[in-house]
Amino acid sequence: MMPKLNVSNAVAALICAALILLPVYSAATGNIFILTLFTRITIYALAAASLNLIMGYGGMMSFGHAAYLGIGGYAVGILAAEGIGSGFIQWPVALAVSALFALLIGSLSLRTRGVYFIMITLAFAQMAYYVASALSRYGGDDGLTVYKRSDFAGLINLSDRNQFYYLCLACLFGGLYLIWRIVNSRFGLVVQGVRSNEQRMQAIGFHANRYRLVCFVISGTICGLAGALLANNTDFVSPAVMYWTRSGDLMVMVILGGMGSLFGPVIGAIVYLLLEELLSQFTEFSGLILGPVLLLIVLFARGGIMGLLGRMRRV
Amino acid sequence: MYLVVEQLLNGLQFGLLLFLLAAGLTLVFGIMDFVNLAHGSLYMMGAYFAATFVAWTGSFVLGALMALGATLLLGIALEYVALRHLYGRDHLDQVLATFGLILFFNDAVRLIWGPAGLALPLPTWLTVPVQIIPGVYYPAYRLMIIVVALAVAAMLYLVVMRTRVGMLIRAGASNREMIGALGINIKLLFTLVFGLGAALAGLAGLMQAPILTVQIGMGENILILAFVIIVIGGIGSIRGAFMAAIFVGIIDTMGRAFLPDLLRKVLSGAAASTAAPALSSMLIYLLMAIILVLRPEGLFPAAKR
Repeated sequence: MMPKLNVSNAVAALICAALILLPVYSAATGNIFILTLFTRITIYALAAASLNLIMGYGGMMSFGHAAYLGIGGYAVGILAAEGIGSGFIQWPVALAVSALFALLIGSLSLRTRGVYFIMITLAFAQMAYYVASALSRYGGDDGLTVYKRSDFAGLINLSDRNQFYYLCLACLFGGLYLIWRIVNSRFGLVVQGVRSNEQRMQAIGFHANRYRLVCFVISGTICGLAGALLANNTDFVSPAVMYWTRSGDLMVMVILGGMGSLFGPVIGAIVYLLLEELLSQFTEFSGLILGPVLLLIVLFARGGIMGLLGRMRRV
Repeated sequence: MYLVVEQLLNGLQFGLLLFLLAAGLTLVFGIMDFVNLAHGSLYMMGAYFAATFVAWTGSFVLGALMALGATLLLGIALEYVALRHLYGRDHLDQVLATFGLILFFNDAVRLIWGPAGLALPLPTWLTVPVQIIPGVYYPAYRLMIIVVALAVAAMLYLVVMRTRVGMLIRAGASNREMIGALGINIKLLFTLVFGLGAALAGLAGLMQAPILTVQIGMGENILILAFVIIVIGGIGSIRGAFMAAIFVGIIDTMGRAFLPDLLRKVLSGAAASTAAPALSSMLIYLLMAIILVLRPEGLFPAAKR
């Protein structure tokens, strides 16, 4: 299907172009800071997009999504600490462990609905947090320094700022493309059908929970990839990545940008992290402004930023 | 043996404190169908108010009472200005808005009181150990927490079960629209319930303050525990919250106290010292996960809605 030309799609296209051209701008002005900032933003955007897949399309409100960021990160960090530096091993392991974790907690959590689902996913993420805090061999509470970024046998150099940025961006675009294809596939339509009327989908012969679970696992795996990127970006992974407030951050990005719209989480991540960064430039009390801004957005801008754009006149 | 008694009392004390926090949360959740992540911030504010007022007045009791009043007012103001516009909205909207409030309160506290934690010193008459059974001494202050929390729980029970306001609260929990249709001023009722919840959270915060330091973010960890409790107990059920809080308090405390020794008997020293802290912190969440898998509505679900 051909995307329609309207305000939200135009904004999305502009942002994509800006993201692609950012290293050029950074090189021309010598502004390295903006590149590192946006590397972080693209990684969080990928994580938020994966959360949007289950929240926006699947109706599964996971309050423990940051767990996969930590799991993907720890997979990279622990393998690196044990002397396995190859990204060809680290990254598949990170994805596989995230997928397994998602399969485990998904198959248990999906027995519950609504608020109970929110709480049980939170509980599992907190468990992962405490397990990581107790890994004294790998830094425990203090976290684990990743001394060497993943090695891709000369194919790509993760220590190069530009190359790493484009890798993150490629992962983001790849993730978005995957999510777009999933959402518009038969599988994705079933998942969305289950969100709007589970009983009816059951009645016409779909095993609702099985579809939900697969969707949940895909989402967790994509977020695990974001975790592997994040560990490489910060050269560090700590239990704090999995703390519940971080899951809250991801949720905020999704809702802020617009839940259930493909590009919404990307805008949400950009706005949220930029706002945080800008506010911290001129005040150390950024929460004093950021908090009420979130409140106002909820009160006056339903459907997030994408919802606002969608209500604007078609171009 | 004495150690077991002492830890049991510690668990009971912690559980009762959690009940104060969870009671407000479960009322607000059950009646207004409102997910309030900022409940932990009210707990933190209670502790900060208490530390300030106690230092200001020089009297622990007076300062605590003033802090209680201040948290009540803060809760009512918060409900009136912002949160009442969020009733009936999607749970996610509420999560986002109250998450914003957490950010706001944390930085507001940092601005007003500074980033360093505060200490709330106890008056000397509360620091003496009390002999509860021959040979077992227990800190007077912790004993006082148990007594106060039990008294508040009893009062809450009487108010909810025996008064007209309580009847309205219960009616609100089972069918909001209906009591509105019967001509009850539902807005006022909601504000009252929210204020009550805020005051209970503040009470928990100010009573916990002398045991731990008063610091930014103190509400976040305990908020999650309170959520665990209302989920285990069944949302909207005060009785369930009470049982679950005591259950969680005792399990958490006993786990932290005895699990390391137990594990050391089974595992090697190094493995046990790694596993014990993780397992004892996880115990509660593990418990909740098991309960939710087996009984998705909680142990004591409130009346069907």
